[in-house]
Amino acid sequence: MILKFIALLLLCQLAGEVFVVWSGLPVPGPVLGMALLFVGLAFRGRVPVGLGRVVDGLLSHLSLLFVPAGVGVMQHIAMLHDEWLAISVALVVSTVLTIAVTGLLMKFLMRRMEHQEGEG
Amino acid sequence: MERNLAFGDIWVYLAASPLLHLTLTLLAYIFADWIFRRSGRMALLNPVLLSIILLVTILGATGTDYPTYFAGAQFVHFMLGPATVALAVPLYRNLHLIRKLWLPILVSIGTGVFVSASSALLVAYWLGGSQQTLISLAPKSVTAPVAMGISEKVGGLPSLSAALVVLTGVLGAVIGSAVLASVRGRDDRARGLALGASCHGIGTARAFQLSDTAGAFSALAMGLTALISAFVLPFVLHWVF
Repeated sequence: MILKFIALLLLCQLAGEVFVVWSGLPVPGPVLGMALLFVGLAFRGRVPVGLGRVVDGLLSHLSLLFVPAGVGVMQHIAMLHDEWLAISVALVVSTVLTIAVTGLLMKFLMRRMEHQEGEG
Repeated sequence: MERNLAFGDIWVYLAASPLLHLTLTLLAYIFADWIFRRSGRMALLNPVLLSIILLVTILGATGTDYPTYFAGAQFVHFMLGPATVALAVPLYRNLHLIRKLWLPILVSIGTGVFVSASSALLVAYWLGGSQQTLISLAPKSVTAPVAMGISEKVGGLPSLSAALVVLTGVLGAVIGSAVLASVRGRDDRARGLALGASCHGIGTARAFQLSDTAGAFSALAMGLTALISAFVLPFVLHWVF
């Protein structure tokens, strides 16, 4: 019964959106919906087969869903033209730094933990 | 003459109906995805990037404005919300990875969120980026639906954020391995985590090419980055701007 799980996803999103409007939190409603579904799965202890199927179908084409919004850059072409240097340098520097820092830190922390376990 | 008029009528009818631009969006993506696969999944030929370039070119050539296009494309766009909710499932499936490593994972990803947003903000500010650009840049390492939500919540441009997110992903997928090699990050868990934390879904796709372990850690990192960013970034950005 696939319809049931589609309704579940929409219901989680709706609950998230309603909560955001009600509380005034600056958090995206669908993210609260995701947190809600996550908590539900943790309680349930497993992913229902039908839900897994619906989600895998939806997420296998996730990148298609960014396209309409991405096309919206055509409205900002003038701005991009003015600020291309700031944007491109920021993207490169920040991406390189983020990859290097997270990778190194993760490796360092894991090694330290495994070291401690080996001693203890 | 009469035939031209009839054709013109049909064109006006088609252009006014949401069906045209909905269909165009799907066809552009299918075509872009075909090119991507034919190229052996070259990161630079990312299907999202290609479809956006393709569609912007077509819309520009036919003189179609964005609101007209979006009237059709909104049906695809709407699915972003449920898709974001659906991300809870892969996050839950990868939860077992955390069991022993939860502290290194959370510390690394928390630091990653901070480094990503602050370095992008500082560099863009230093080079004279406008406030709207800065806000739109901040969530660039977060998976697109969540990044757009964050951007919208704090007065950025969601469409600019979406484009920057895709560019970040493509960039990371192209240079990620080289960066990790240069810092001797050879551990697949660390490599996957770094790719997911910095380059969301596109990085995760790249990580799965390295190994299943790297892919799983990347998917987990992408989910946690989105979750932490969504709860922390809006407050920080509100405070900064």
